[in-house]
Amino acid sequence: MSHHDHDHSHEPVAADEPPAGARARALEELLVEKGAIDRDDVRHRIDWLVSRSPADGARLVARAWVDPAFKERLLVDARAAALEVGLDPGPSPLVVALENTDAVHHVVVCTLCSCYPKALLGPPPDWYKSLPYRSRAVSDPRGVLGEFGLTLDEDVEVRVVDSTADIRYLVIPRRPGGTEGMREEELAALVTRDSMIGVSRAGPPLLFKS
Amino acid sequence: MSYRVGQQVRVAERSHDGHHRTPSYIKGKTGRVERAHASFTNPETRGYGRDGLPEKELYLVGFAYDDVWPDHRGGRDRIYADVFEHWLEVTA
Repeated sequence: MSHHDHDHSHEPVAADEPPAGARARALEELLVEKGAIDRDDVRHRIDWLVSRSPADGARLVARAWVDPAFKERLLVDARAAALEVGLDPGPSPLVVALENTDAVHHVVVCTLCSCYPKALLGPPPDWYKSLPYRSRAVSDPRGVLGEFGLTLDEDVEVRVVDSTADIRYLVIPRRPGGTEGMREEELAALVTRDSMIGVSRAGPPLLFKS
Repeated sequence: MSYRVGQQVRVAERSHDGHHRTPSYIKGKTGRVERAHASFTNPETRGYGRDGLPEKELYLVGFAYDDVWPDHRGGRDRIYADVFEHWLEVTA
């Protein structure tokens, strides 16, 4: 028990709590005690964040693939387009969608921290937050893409987009060939998290059929 | 100072004590305004609990790889970053 008196424990709820986790928990305890934040509010925000997933962003991409007018609206204002299909675009003021084509390939990074369109993709993968990705995605993008298994022709222009401020970027990957007859719901299953960051292509469908 | 899409701009080559959102690899480099996003509160003051006012215009600036890293063999590849207006300068 600490020096102050109250009715709850400061013990972690998880075993083997890492130092960073302990530090975050200590800060939360202090901020709650001082009335700066509310514990329920923190809980709700975390619940909201982990309930988002790449399936949300995939719905936007699949709709854009089948509906050119929707794609135009998505490129103009991704936040409004997300609301249009019933998705919650989150607190970020501006979401910008970037279209990959046979001539231009976008890949997103945040060199200064780990900015990511969490409302549409869920929490970012660990590698996205790692120093090697954050530095090498800008200094050697084609090398990094190669490590993800993506080799682009020399005549494709690679655009590395460093999300350094308030904008969150979502990549619209190219629609895979041979999917002409597929319905929107089937197409959405081809849109992976990594393809919406720009480190891979969308598809192919069903690597492991049951 | 506001800038228009397509305009050539240089990122100020100055150091800044404390939190700011201009990555060092583009400081002093010349690029082109690709998008004028909107205005946002200034992270350099907002980061210290202040209101971040007045708001600053935010631009997406694109650079040729060769202009950022002269020995890079980037070909036509480009690098984009969001830069606030007070970090941009007109080029001669």
